[in-house]
Amino acid sequence: MKKEEIPQDDGALNKLTKELSYAVDEKGNYTTGLSTGWEVKITALDVAWNDIEKRINDAHQKVVNGEASPILYFMELKLMDLSIVSSYTGFWKWQIKRHLKPSVFKSLSDSKLKKYADIFEITVQELKTMKKNDA
Amino acid sequence: MTLDFKHIQAAHCENGVTTSLLQHNGVEKITEPLAFGIGSGLFYIYIPFMVINNGPAISFRTQPGLIFKRTCKALGIPVYRKKFSSHEKAMEALDDCIKKGIPAACQVGVYYLTYFPKEYRFHFNAHNLIVFGKENDNYLISDPVMEGTATLTSYELERVRFAKGAFAPRGQLYYPMEKKIVTDDQIRQGIKTGIKRNVRDMLRIPGPIAGVKGIVFTANRIKKWRDKLGPEKSRSYLAQLVRMQEEIGTGGGGFRFIYGAFLQQAHAYFPANDELMKLSATFTKAGDMWRNAAVQASGIYKGRLTAQQDYDTMGDMMIEIAALEKQAFIDLSNIKWSK
Repeated sequence: MKKEEIPQDDGALNKLTKELSYAVDEKGNYTTGLSTGWEVKITALDVAWNDIEKRINDAHQKVVNGEASPILYFMELKLMDLSIVSSYTGFWKWQIKRHLKPSVFKSLSDSKLKKYADIFEITVQELKTMKKNDA
Repeated sequence: MTLDFKHIQAAHCENGVTTSLLQHNGVEKITEPLAFGIGSGLFYIYIPFMVINNGPAISFRTQPGLIFKRTCKALGIPVYRKKFSSHEKAMEALDDCIKKGIPAACQVGVYYLTYFPKEYRFHFNAHNLIVFGKENDNYLISDPVMEGTATLTSYELERVRFAKGAFAPRGQLYYPMEKKIVTDDQIRQGIKTGIKRNVRDMLRIPGPIAGVKGIVFTANRIKKWRDKLGPEKSRSYLAQLVRMQEEIGTGGGGFRFIYGAFLQQAHAYFPANDELMKLSATFTKAGDMWRNAAVQASGIYKGRLTAQQDYDTMGDMMIEIAALEKQAFIDLSNIKWSK
């Protein structure tokens, strides 16, 4: 990449910082320059977020349909998978899988619900009602 | 209390931490490309049975932590590195460093890293930053990928130091333990060892998934993605490949440009080895080819390119890159060092 080719598209990272890129000058010597972003990778990140959005919506629908407990919705909202939830809460993965069933979820003690609510940064009430939409 | 410390912006966090901390400890000649090359940072691996963020597990660099470890070792600098089970002790140890005037590096997760934009906050735990002071409850942070410095409250810092999931940092704290004078000969030796090890990693790891063979392996998989995964999932997979290759931290072109810069700087230490300059240009070319492949991939994930032929083109581009890099590493392994 030549220095004048360092892309200057407007990416999300640009809110925080320009990023350092390595490129060659006209004599072929390496130098660095700052980039505000590259459209190719900005769209790649958009694809990732669209996928996440879709997973969140699917999870929401499943909870509404009574196919899953609200834990699934908040897991997706917080980009977590079973092993991440497991390491933050201390529950085993098989326990979490059980807690994802609406029938089991209904009978969970408040102390267990509190563990979930804490890692999702919500109250137990919000966990039960799935009322929290700001990610 | 603010320590006397110079923030340096780098393309990649671990290179940046290594460079800043070594410079702070008197190794003035160290640069990001040298740290990356001496630490044998360049790599490629695709782990087919693993899924990360619902996409393929691909990496263009070596395992987290190794660049710092190898570079310090090569330069004869002893390293302090500790993980903690107690949050309190982890924060006390850090406060002790500040009191003693030692800027120290922490491994952190980015999901709760408050100064990062939301779009970049995934559960990614191999980020590195340096703490170089504390004012009231605010820690002063030198995050190498940023132009300027940042702050985190003690609560925020504790939370990112104890992020959970893959590569959980477990409060990890590390820094070079001594100020040392590093000679040009030590750097030369480090360069040779670094290149040799990188040749091994790219050419000689058994099995099909790592090194240049891994690139070919991925290319052949990609050709099958359209039929096997369906168009939607293929798009997501290709987007993830491009992010691993081009996102913040790589310096662009899957670290190939940083490696090109390394070979050029290595030439200054081995002025008689002109092949280093030639090979630097080869890695620049490889980086450019990776970027062209990313453009091709983006055509697919934007939905503009949809035919099987477009996937084949993508795969073929990667096979071509693999051939170029293979030859480059063979040439590197055949260098007759002038010193």
